[in-house]
Amino acid sequence: MSQSIRLTLKIWRQKGPADPGRFETFAAEDISTDMSFLEMLDVVNEKLILEGREPVAFDHDCREGICGSCGAVVNGRPHGHLRGTTLCQLHMRHFRDGDTIVIEPFRARAFPVIKDLVVDRSALDRLMQAGGFVSVNTGSAPEANTLPVPSDRAERAMDAAACIGCGACVAACPNASAMLFTSAKVSHLALLPQGRPEAARRVLSMVRAMDACGFGNCSNHRECEMTCPKEISIVHIARLNREALKAGFLSPER
Amino acid sequence: MRLDAKIPGGPLPQKWDRHRFELKLVNPANKRKFDILVVGTGLAGASASASLGELGYNVKTFCIHDSPRRAHSIAAQGGINAAKNYPNDGDSIWRLFYDTVKGGDFRAREANVYRLAQISNAIIDHCVAQGVPFAREYGGLLANRSFGGAQLSRTFYARGQTGQQLLLGAYGALMRQVAAGRVRLFPRREILDIVVVHGKARGVVARNLLNGEIECHEGHAVVLATGGYGNAYYLSTNAKASNVTAAFRAYKRGAAFANPCFTQIHPTCIPVHGTYQSKLTLMSESLRNDGRVWVPKRAGDKRPPHQIPEAERDYFLERKYPSFGNLVPRDVASRNVKEQCDQGKGVGETGLAVYLDFADAIRRDGRAVIERKYGNLFQMYEKITGDDPYETPMMIYPAVHYTMGGLWVDYNLMSTLEGLFVLGEANFSDHGANRLGASALMQGLADGYFIIPYTLGGYLAGTSLEPVSASDPAFAATAREAEERIRRLLEVNGRRTVDELHRELGMVLWNHCGMSRTNEGLAKARARVQELREEFWHNVRVPGAGRDLNQSLEKAGRVADFMEFAELMILDALARQESCGGHFNEAYQTEENEARRDDERYCHVAAWEFAGLEREPVRHEEPLVFEHVPLTQRSYK
Ligand SMILES: Cc1cc2nc3c(=O)[nH]c(=O)nc-3n(C[C@H](O)[C@H](O)[C@H](O)COP(=O)(O)OP(=O)(O)OC[C@H]3O[C@@H](n4cnc5c(N)ncnc54)[C@H](O)[C@@H]3O)c2cc1C
Ligand code: SF4
Ligand code: FES
Repeated sequence: MSQSIRLTLKIWRQKGPADPGRFETFAAEDISTDMSFLEMLDVVNEKLILEGREPVAFDHDCREGICGSCGAVVNGRPHGHLRGTTLCQLHMRHFRDGDTIVIEPFRARAFPVIKDLVVDRSALDRLMQAGGFVSVNTGSAPEANTLPVPSDRAERAMDAAACIGCGACVAACPNASAMLFTSAKVSHLALLPQGRPEAARRVLSMVRAMDACGFGNCSNHRECEMTCPKEISIVHIARLNREALKAGFLSPER
Repeated sequence: MRLDAKIPGGPLPQKWDRHRFELKLVNPANKRKFDILVVGTGLAGASASASLGELGYNVKTFCIHDSPRRAHSIAAQGGINAAKNYPNDGDSIWRLFYDTVKGGDFRAREANVYRLAQISNAIIDHCVAQGVPFAREYGGLLANRSFGGAQLSRTFYARGQTGQQLLLGAYGALMRQVAAGRVRLFPRREILDIVVVHGKARGVVARNLLNGEIECHEGHAVVLATGGYGNAYYLSTNAKASNVTAAFRAYKRGAAFANPCFTQIHPTCIPVHGTYQSKLTLMSESLRNDGRVWVPKRAGDKRPPHQIPEAERDYFLERKYPSFGNLVPRDVASRNVKEQCDQGKGVGETGLAVYLDFADAIRRDGRAVIERKYGNLFQMYEKITGDDPYETPMMIYPAVHYTMGGLWVDYNLMSTLEGLFVLGEANFSDHGANRLGASALMQGLADGYFIIPYTLGGYLAGTSLEPVSASDPAFAATAREAEERIRRLLEVNGRRTVDELHRELGMVLWNHCGMSRTNEGLAKARARVQELREEFWHNVRVPGAGRDLNQSLEKAGRVADFMEFAELMILDALARQESCGGHFNEAYQTEENEARRDDERYCHVAAWEFAGLEREPVRHEEPLVFEHVPLTQRSYK
């Protein structure tokens, strides 16, 4: 059964990339515990609009935890405190009447703030451009069942492929590293026979791109895994490291 | 306006081959001289951009999101169909074709649907080669399941994340072309209009969502893959940014809009729980393979589900449709759910829900099997509702989900505006009056990977296209109109928010142009929509500035278009005096309350031509001929 709660919100406001930004405090009244976190922000925004103020900008789209658009740091944790949950899937029943909630954008060198809670995550696209694909042109594929893939392998590949590209792992990492994100893609494709021919080139190129995009190094803090809404495991980081080592030693493309 | 579907001659199975042979080819060295503007990066747009880039065209690709990977397609759960017949259960291209035509209640073109079925297998091959991690059998070969409205297993899936995995495949291919310099990406851009020069689509006007600047882009052809318009209803399973703007602008520039009243209401969604609700969440139809739908036999029975004994439950789909049971097509299932709730048998706090129960399946197969099949869906359900579906039955209710209507296209996927091609959910092509499950992904990818690469080439090679540049007066004029609209939206400064007005519009459509329609209701709705539109332009409040990231303004522009477009949906529903598929007019039903088609008068596509601001649009008809699937009353008994 739903209840109604009252909250105090401290939200980061920043007009644009050049604005230094600051926290503003808002009272959120009559919040139903059945609301999602984003619906709670909608309610706050509707009120701001009617009061003639600018609503809080935040990215979102699917509101069902799959597009990777949403995300903010809630009380110090990207996507909030609930494990395995995107911000859009975090419901207000996980907060208590009278709580104060601090909401700020993902912070990382590679993710400059654009406005309020909206950040620029295009660096993740650039990482993908460095090799997050199998080079196959439309029309050239063989019959799908000519290449069997053991089902447990396919399942593990799928575990890695579940990454939604939200960037929370970067925001959670003290070094702002994109290692979990990158390793998820490397691992997904390295586990499948389709991805093997380019595996060495892919891992080296993507690791290089991480540096070029301004992401930090991984020093095994494991914050990323704790934060990831899709519970991507750091096992994939280990696999990336193995692949990189192999590629570094063996590949002529070093 | 003349509607020429350009269906090639010859026997059905050879039409596409023959057409491909007859289409002119663009010399490989010349391809890079053609600039192609692709709008949208869902399955249709991403696959088209990647494939055209691979061929050597110069592609510019636009999307609203910060990254192409976030397009609405990412949310598709259940799967994608193909006629591989791996399970050896009797499938074939012909059967997939047949089922799709019949499932669409005979309001789609046979030739298009046949081509779709033919291409379906190549899509699976290609996606597997890209590394899409489809579910597999223990032997390592691809697994299939049966899915909404099919009696055989032809659906390929990747857990409950099929759309995500297919889109990541297409997005990867797109990123590869971006890296190769063949595609230039313009994310966070919203196309506000199509630029027409000498009768041909030659460019787009875009708003840079980061700073509000208006940009003009010129090209030799424009490809719209902007998705469906389900968000006209405010509440739907579509992502929040899904909109009709680009398609509606194209309509106003001369592209006919086909069958706008054909909308799909999906039976299995999480019920509405409050007025603040911002969207509805689909529970994949695959759940109907194992879940059993029921309500209490007695109206007003408010006991919790586990206290209602077996004998006092009505498994109404199994009872009414013994051969399809819980797997009847979506339109049939949705209407039946509504009917039960209208009779007072609905469950839950609002009475607008029915149970979808897994207790029998868990008893039969064990919890582990059910968890493996549906784990992430159950989890999602629990996150949203706080209920555990392993313990207590899910509650579901229908919600707006998909739009079969869209811009009219010929066999080449070109609209009535020359040079404007339309792919994916944005066109009207293959699903008639009702789409079968797992066939939208198939269609989007067929359009993008395997149709547009040929038909666009045919157009470019066979058309003389004089050079244009963004300094052409048509660009400046179109951009000025877009700026003017933005200025007007910001100027109103009224007392109601965009969302408030959008919600109200949505309720009008849901009540009168939703699952069940009447002539009186539609007429009322039309008047109400006109009033709301008036109110919108006089009383909306859009804060902030035009030259800034302004999400309220983005929404306002989209809702302004929905306010106009909704009337076209209603007009179309009023003009089609029959019931078919998702369009159910209560005056036309069989004794068993099924949709009664009128093939004498309505066996056609209705395509609407914009006729100017103060004039009624003109309704054109493209007759549909069924030579291979005999016109019959659908029966799922
Ligand atoms: C929850 C859910 C589950 C589904 N599950 C299935 C399933 O299991 N199987 C199946 O076959 N189908 C399913 N469908 C349907 C299917 O997902 C969609 O029909 C399909 O993905 C649409 O793809 P698209 O490429 O045409 O458009 P979309 O994916 O909607 O992409 C539209 C693109 O256009 C861009 N865009 C839109 N307007 C503009 C503009 N004005 N300017 C610039 N860019 C613009 C957007 O940014 C986006 O990139 C499901 C749908 C939903 C809602
Ligand atoms: S690894 Fe997890 S946290 Fe990082 S981008 Fe992917 S889904 Fe988000
Ligand atoms: S809005 Fe799509 S993941 Fe949250």
